[in-house]
Amino acid sequence: MNTTVTAGTAGVSERQTATAPQPAREDTAVREGVTVGMPFADDPKFRLRNVEVFYGVDRAIKNISLDIARNEVIAFIGPSGCGKSTFLRCLNRMNDSIDICRVKGSLQLDDLDLYDPKRDVVELRARVGMVFQKPNPFPKSIYDNVAYGPRIHGLANRKSDLDDIVENSLRKAGLWNEVKDRLDAVATGMSGGQQQRLCIARAIAVSPEVVLMDEPCSALDPIATARVEELIAELSESYTIVIVTHSMQQAARVSHRTAYFHLGHLVEVNQTDKVFTAPEHSLTESYITGRFG
Amino acid sequence: MQTANLLPLVLVMTAVAYGLAYMRSRSVAEPLGGIRHLKSLPFYYAARAALWCSLPALAVLAAWVGFEGRVIQSLVVSSLPAHLAPDNAGEASLVLSQISNLSAGKLDAARVPAEIVGAAELLGQLRAQSQQFKSILVVLIAVLGATFAWTRVQPRINARENVERTLRWLFFSCAAVAILTTVGIVFSVIFETLRFFGRVPVTEFLFGSSWSPQTALRVDQVGSDGAFGMIPLFTGTLLISAIAMLVAVPTGLLSAVYLSEYASRPVRNVLKPMLEMLAGVPTVVYGFFAALTVAPFIRDLAEALGLQASSQSALAAGLVMGIMIIPFVSSLSDDVINAVPKSLRDGSLALGATQSETMQKVLFPAALPGIMGGILLAASRAIGETMIVVMAAGLAAHLTANPLNSVTTVTVQIVTLLTGDQEFDSAKTLAAFALGMMLFLVTLTFNMVALKIVRKYREQYE
Repeated sequence: MNTTVTAGTAGVSERQTATAPQPAREDTAVREGVTVGMPFADDPKFRLRNVEVFYGVDRAIKNISLDIARNEVIAFIGPSGCGKSTFLRCLNRMNDSIDICRVKGSLQLDDLDLYDPKRDVVELRARVGMVFQKPNPFPKSIYDNVAYGPRIHGLANRKSDLDDIVENSLRKAGLWNEVKDRLDAVATGMSGGQQQRLCIARAIAVSPEVVLMDEPCSALDPIATARVEELIAELSESYTIVIVTHSMQQAARVSHRTAYFHLGHLVEVNQTDKVFTAPEHSLTESYITGRFG
Repeated sequence: MQTANLLPLVLVMTAVAYGLAYMRSRSVAEPLGGIRHLKSLPFYYAARAALWCSLPALAVLAAWVGFEGRVIQSLVVSSLPAHLAPDNAGEASLVLSQISNLSAGKLDAARVPAEIVGAAELLGQLRAQSQQFKSILVVLIAVLGATFAWTRVQPRINARENVERTLRWLFFSCAAVAILTTVGIVFSVIFETLRFFGRVPVTEFLFGSSWSPQTALRVDQVGSDGAFGMIPLFTGTLLISAIAMLVAVPTGLLSAVYLSEYASRPVRNVLKPMLEMLAGVPTVVYGFFAALTVAPFIRDLAEALGLQASSQSALAAGLVMGIMIIPFVSSLSDDVINAVPKSLRDGSLALGATQSETMQKVLFPAALPGIMGGILLAASRAIGETMIVVMAAGLAAHLTANPLNSVTTVTVQIVTLLTGDQEFDSAKTLAAFALGMMLFLVTLTFNMVALKIVRKYREQYE
């Protein structure tokens, strides 16, 4: 436990305790590099230490250390602009495409150093798949969308192998029964929810170890959202899943652990039910009770 | 009053009508409690008054100016006594020019018959009268129109709809100008083409393999009754255009890929305008570059390799033309590749595709319609280009597929047929129109086929 008390924030804390009795918790001040709760795990999938991300001179991620365990679903929450998406995009080096972005610190996937200058990002991204905020199927057929990854990585030697991969991925994404008769149809003609599940099928067709999801349901209606959330629960048996979300109910429903980001700091990481019932840090509490965000 | 003075007068009246109607609409609104009690804003009442004042008056003016000359002429001609009355069109124009010269004082009255002098006086009179009537009529109509609009400035009458409708027609007529021009061009070419086919059989023109348009001007002249086979010209055009496209499409496309996907921002900001500058170089400059630098170089190179090459060659013209049209391909392709949503690019990269795989499999198919548009534009530039070919490929019509030979193109032949002193009703000059027509048809079919292909294969995002 890290306690920080400064004159400026003590007043806020007093006012809060005065109005309603609260469980004992950390103060509103954030000390750089310090995260309350349980940010670390034994034998983690990702081992991230002292990560800093700069956009030009702007420091978007401030000295964050975190472990992501095997086969866990971890949710990143926090107000807009807190750096959760930026941090997520470090995990498969999607930040590379932004010219002014620099990443410092140690980021390891098993024994793989992500930011080794000699690292082959193609291999990394085959192991860490990603699903985006807005469904982004390619303007090709449903089949070609799912087969895209396996083809570029040479995962199938025969057409029948590829057919199997496509079918399996679509089954896992819960989409097979809806599209099995129209695999040649253009993917952009499907509904938003189907498109997003297709994007998930496309990501898992490469057999990744980790799936990163950047607000995967923010463009979907409640029914499609429920469908994708069910899917996340099923996928968590075989994949490690990192999900960024603006919906705290969603984080509560799908994740094992929840990480709260605030202005580039990682404030608190804890078991999801603990975060939503008894947050340790007052900032986390303010956020989940809707005082800001 | 002269038409030149009448126009500004109408404009001034329009402005006055606008101002008066504007003020009246405000004063009408005053007792009601402000302009919000009017059906339309004062601007619309004023604009309607301006339209009523100007449009009918201008239409009458235009009609008058259009028919005035012909009506006066026919009046003058019919006034002539029978023995002077012209029998045919040529004679009529002769008599008329005599009369109008006399009336303008360019001709001495003593040297022509008295009837002509009389006709000249009549012409002067009619012109003056016409002038007067025109002025009175136009001003009257303008005043009437403005008055009508003035009486219609009433709180219950909606002026906005009228103004909107008139503006819509105005915009439509502007859009129609482009289409009408094209139709006009096609028709003028069609008639001359038909006249040409009256002299030279269609089959000879379409399938003849020799082109030598020299026809004898006089009966005693030796040489040629001309050969009008278009095949050598079209093969020449196709050969040079094909060479140009072979240069421009790969270079242009690959530089577009480099600019949009690989180049850093500063590099791109310098390179792109420089590439686009290629399109701004005058074609004459390309022409002498091709004729004086590239063509001799190709000839020497071919000789060194033991090949026969003429000093003017299709290859030289094609290469330089290819350079010229690179920016048409690269600039447009670069724009459309950039317009492909970033989410598609990210989706592909996140699956572990490399930059070039993303390019080939996702960005390129999505950008295909735009890329084809750029290529088509470049191709039509190549087919229509004249100057470089005149200077570097020659004028001799050879039916050949050898790029080291000199060839000529359709456009070059049109230019040589129509420049200089020519009779405009010989088969030689009429052939130019037939060639133009064929060129038009070929590029049209070409464009339609390409559009079909693009529509079939494009991958549409969103």
